[in-house]
Amino acid sequence: MNDVSPLGSSRLTEPKPNEGMTGNRGLEIEEALIFEQDSPGHCGVDLPEPAPFRSRLGGLEREDPLGLPGLSEPQIVRHFTRLSQKNYAIDTGLYPLGSCTMKHNPRLNEKLARLPGFADIHPLQPVKTAQGALALIDTLAHWLKTLTGLPAIALSPAAGAHGELCGIMAIRAALEVRDDRRARVLVPESAHGTNPATAAACGYAVDPIPADETGRVDRAALEAKLGGDVAALMLTNPNTCGLFEREIIEIAEAVHAAGAFFYCDGANFNAIVGRVRPADLGIDCMHLNLHKTFSTPHGGGGPGSGPVALAASLAPYAPLPWVVHGPGGLELIEHETGPAKHSLGRLKGFHGQMGMFVRALAYMMSHGSDGLRQVAEDSVLNANYLRASLAHDLTLPFPGACMHEVLFDDQFLKDTGVTTLDFAKALIDEGYHPMTMYFPLIVRGAMLIEPTETESKASLDHFIAVMKHLAAAARAGDAARFRSAPEFTPRHRLDETTAARKPVLRWRPEPARREAAD
Amino acid sequence: MGEIEVERTISGMAARNLAAGSAPFFIGAGVYRHHIPAAVDHLIQRGEFLTSYTPYQPEIAQGTLQYLFEFQTQVALLTGMEVANASLYDGATACVEAVMMAGRVTGRRKAVLSGGLHPHYREVCETYARFVRFAVDPQEPSLGGEDLAGLVDGETSCVVVQNPDLFGEIRDYSTLAQCCHEAGALLVVVVTEILSLGAIRLPGQMGADIVAAEGQSLGNALNFGGPHVGLFATRDKFVRQMPGRLVGQTVDAAGRRGWVLTLSTREQHIRREKATSNICTNSGLCALAFTVHLALLGEAGLTRLARLNHAAAVRLAERLERVPEVRLVNRTFFNEFSLRLACPAAEVVEALADKGILAGVPVSRFYPERNELADVMLVAATELTTDADIDQLEEGLREVLS
Repeated sequence: MNDVSPLGSSRLTEPKPNEGMTGNRGLEIEEALIFEQDSPGHCGVDLPEPAPFRSRLGGLEREDPLGLPGLSEPQIVRHFTRLSQKNYAIDTGLYPLGSCTMKHNPRLNEKLARLPGFADIHPLQPVKTAQGALALIDTLAHWLKTLTGLPAIALSPAAGAHGELCGIMAIRAALEVRDDRRARVLVPESAHGTNPATAAACGYAVDPIPADETGRVDRAALEAKLGGDVAALMLTNPNTCGLFEREIIEIAEAVHAAGAFFYCDGANFNAIVGRVRPADLGIDCMHLNLHKTFSTPHGGGGPGSGPVALAASLAPYAPLPWVVHGPGGLELIEHETGPAKHSLGRLKGFHGQMGMFVRALAYMMSHGSDGLRQVAEDSVLNANYLRASLAHDLTLPFPGACMHEVLFDDQFLKDTGVTTLDFAKALIDEGYHPMTMYFPLIVRGAMLIEPTETESKASLDHFIAVMKHLAAAARAGDAARFRSAPEFTPRHRLDETTAARKPVLRWRPEPARREAAD
Repeated sequence: MGEIEVERTISGMAARNLAAGSAPFFIGAGVYRHHIPAAVDHLIQRGEFLTSYTPYQPEIAQGTLQYLFEFQTQVALLTGMEVANASLYDGATACVEAVMMAGRVTGRRKAVLSGGLHPHYREVCETYARFVRFAVDPQEPSLGGEDLAGLVDGETSCVVVQNPDLFGEIRDYSTLAQCCHEAGALLVVVVTEILSLGAIRLPGQMGADIVAAEGQSLGNALNFGGPHVGLFATRDKFVRQMPGRLVGQTVDAAGRRGWVLTLSTREQHIRREKATSNICTNSGLCALAFTVHLALLGEAGLTRLARLNHAAAVRLAERLERVPEVRLVNRTFFNEFSLRLACPAAEVVEALADKGILAGVPVSRFYPERNELADVMLVAATELTTDADIDQLEEGLREVLS
C-alpha cells in the first residue's frame, strides 16, 4: 500500500488529460486522514490548565505519547464536512435498500432527544429524579404492546440482532424452567443472517426450512421437521421476499402443538404496523427495530434499538431492568427480585437506548395509531406500484402482490453480460443508492427494493424511469458501461479481495517519519 | 398529534427529570459527564452521516468508511493495541464479546472476572455465559486487592480486569498479564472511563490481549445510559477472531486509496450460523462523535483534559476528606473514588437528591445484599465540576451525616 499516497498525489507527477493536478473534482475534494494532517501540539478545544495539584495516580502515569494528531477546529470541521460529502444518505435521495427500511428521519425527533431532560441525565441518578424518563419508557412500552398485542416488552436490546438474542434466550429460559431440553431451531433459508447466527450463539443447531414455489415457507417441509427437540421457529413476516406468510396462523398452531415457541423477526414490521397485531398471528416473541419502523436514524450503522415483545409465557424471563408502577411513582427493578425473580438477567449496561426511545415515541405520537396504519398501507402501495411498473422490464421470481418490498431476480439480465452487481453499480451513476443485492439467498441474483412510504409518486416515477432505462441499456448490449460503473463517484469499484487478503485496518506512520520522531 | 403538541408532551416528560447540568453532579460508575465541543454535535447531525446505512456500497460511503478507519486507528492508539473494530453496542457488550473471543482463541471455556469489574459488565457476562454456554468465575467485590493470578489454571480462557476498577483504584496488571500468558490464557482489560488513558499507562503497555471499553466519555452525552459506544481492540494475530465490523484500506479500479468493510467472512450476513458474533448494527454515529471529539482534542488536548479531570477529583477528595463522617478508601484514583460514610450510602444519596445535589452512586445499588458495602459511595469529578459544586457537596454531606 506504500505506493498509494494520501492525496492520490501520483496524479501530481503524471496528470492525465482532462484531470487536474489535485485529484479534486469541483465540489468533490480529496481528503487525507486526520493522522496525515498532524500539526503537533495543535488542539481544537480551548481548555484551561489546571492549578498545581498532587497526583494520586500512584506512579502509573503514562510516559509515552499516544501518537494522536493535533488539528485546529476549522481543520476538523472542514475534514468531516468533506467526508460527509462522500456519502449517500436518505437526506440526499431515495434509498431503496430492501429489509432496511430507509425512511425519512424527522428532525423533531432529533431535537427532542437532545433535550437536557433526556440527554443530560445519568442512568444511576436516584430514580425519583428521573420520573419523566421512566414515564417515557413506560409510554413507549404501552405503544409497542398495543401495536403488537403482546403483553410485555423488553426494551434493553441495543439492535435487532441483540433483540433476537434476547428472544431466543427468553425461549431457552422458559424451556429450562420446564426442564425441556431441545436442540434445534428452525430457520427458513430466506432469513436474515442474524437469525441463524443468533440461534447458533445460544447453543442451538440451525435447521433450515426451504421456500415453496410462491416464495413462502414450505409448510409441509416445516411440519416434517417439527418435533419434540425443536425449541423455536424463527420466521420473518412479511418475509425477505416481501411476501406475507399467508399460512402463518396454521404454522403457529403447528409450532405450538410441537411444544416449541414462535419467534418472529420484526425487521419488516413497517409493512404491517397498525394493521396486523403479531399476537393475533400466534407469535410468542418478536423484536422491533426502532431504527427501521419507528424512524430513528441509521447513523451509518447504528446506534439502533431492538425492543422485544413477549407473550405471557415468556414475559417472566424478560431481561433487566424492568420499569414498574409503584406506590410512589415509577420504579426500576435492577436485580432478579420480586416480579423479576425469573428474569434472564442483564443484556447490556444500564437501561437501553434512551436516545432512540425518545425519537421513536415522538414518531409514534406524531402519527397516532391511524397514521401508523397509513405508514404500512403507503409502504405496501409504493412497493406494489414499483412492482407493477417494472414487471415487464425486470423479472419477478414469485407471483402475486408484494408487501412493503418487491423482489426481482436476474433473469432479465440473462445473456446480457450484466450482473446484478453491475446493474446496482450503474444505478449509483444515476444518483441512486442500490437496492439490497444477492439477498435473500433463495433467488438468483436477487434485487430487493423497499421504497418505504417516504417516497412521493413523482419520486417513484423518476426511479421507475431510471430502472427501465437501465434494463433497456442492458438488453441493448451496453455491458461495458455497466461493468465500469460507477464512474461518477469519489471512488470507482474498490478491490475488496486485496482488502481481505492483506488487511490494513489502521493508519501507521511512514517509516521515515517514525525514525525522525525517534 | 400535531408537531407542536408532540413537542409539548415530550418536553413535559423531560422537564420531570433533574438534568445533570442543573445540579451539582458527581455521578460516574461507567457513564461520565464531560464537556462536548459544539462542533461534535454539529458534525454528527449532518444528514449524510446521520441518515446513511451501514456502508455496504463503498463507492458512495467513503465518508463513513474513512471516519471508521480513523476511529479504529484512534482506538488502537488510545488503548496501546494493534487493531480495533468499528465499534460495538457499549462497554458491557464489548466485554462479553471479549470473553467469547478469548474462548475462541484459547479453546477454553472459563473466564475469571475481577471483583473490580463493573457489576453491569459482570452481569452481562453471566447472562451470556448461561445461554451461550461458557463458564464465568466472578470474584467478590473488594476494596482491597485480589489474587487473580492464583485462579488461572488450564481451563482459564481469560482473566477480565477493569482499570481504573469499579471503586476507582488504578492498578498495574503487567504481572497478571505474564501469569495469564504463561498459563495460555488471555488478559482482557476493561476501561469504563476511556479518558483515563489520557493520563495513565495503557492496557497494551501492561500486556493486555483484548481491551473492551466504553467510549461514551468522548463525544457522547449521558443519555440515561444509551446509546453509547463499545470499543474493542486486540492484537493483530487475533484479528480473524474479532467480532463486529472492520474497515480496511484498499485501492479502487483507478488505483486510488479507498476504504471498504472487510473480513466479512467472520460476520453473520456471510457466515450465518458460523459467524464470530451475531452483531449487525453497531454504534456508527456514536463512534463518529468519539472520533470528532478526540480529533479536536488531539494529543495535547486529551492529555490536558485528563489532567483537568484528575485535578478536579484530587480537589474533591481533599475537600470531602475534611468531613468527619467521611473516609476516602482509595490509595490511587483518576477521576472517581470511593468513600466510606458513617451511615448507609443510599440514604445519603437520596437525602442529598432532596437538596438538589446528585452526589454519587451508592454501591448498594449494584450490590443490595452486601452489607459490608452499604456505606460505600462512588464519587466522580470531571472538568465540568466547579468549586461551587464541591462547596455544595461538602456542605450537604456535613448536614446529612451530622
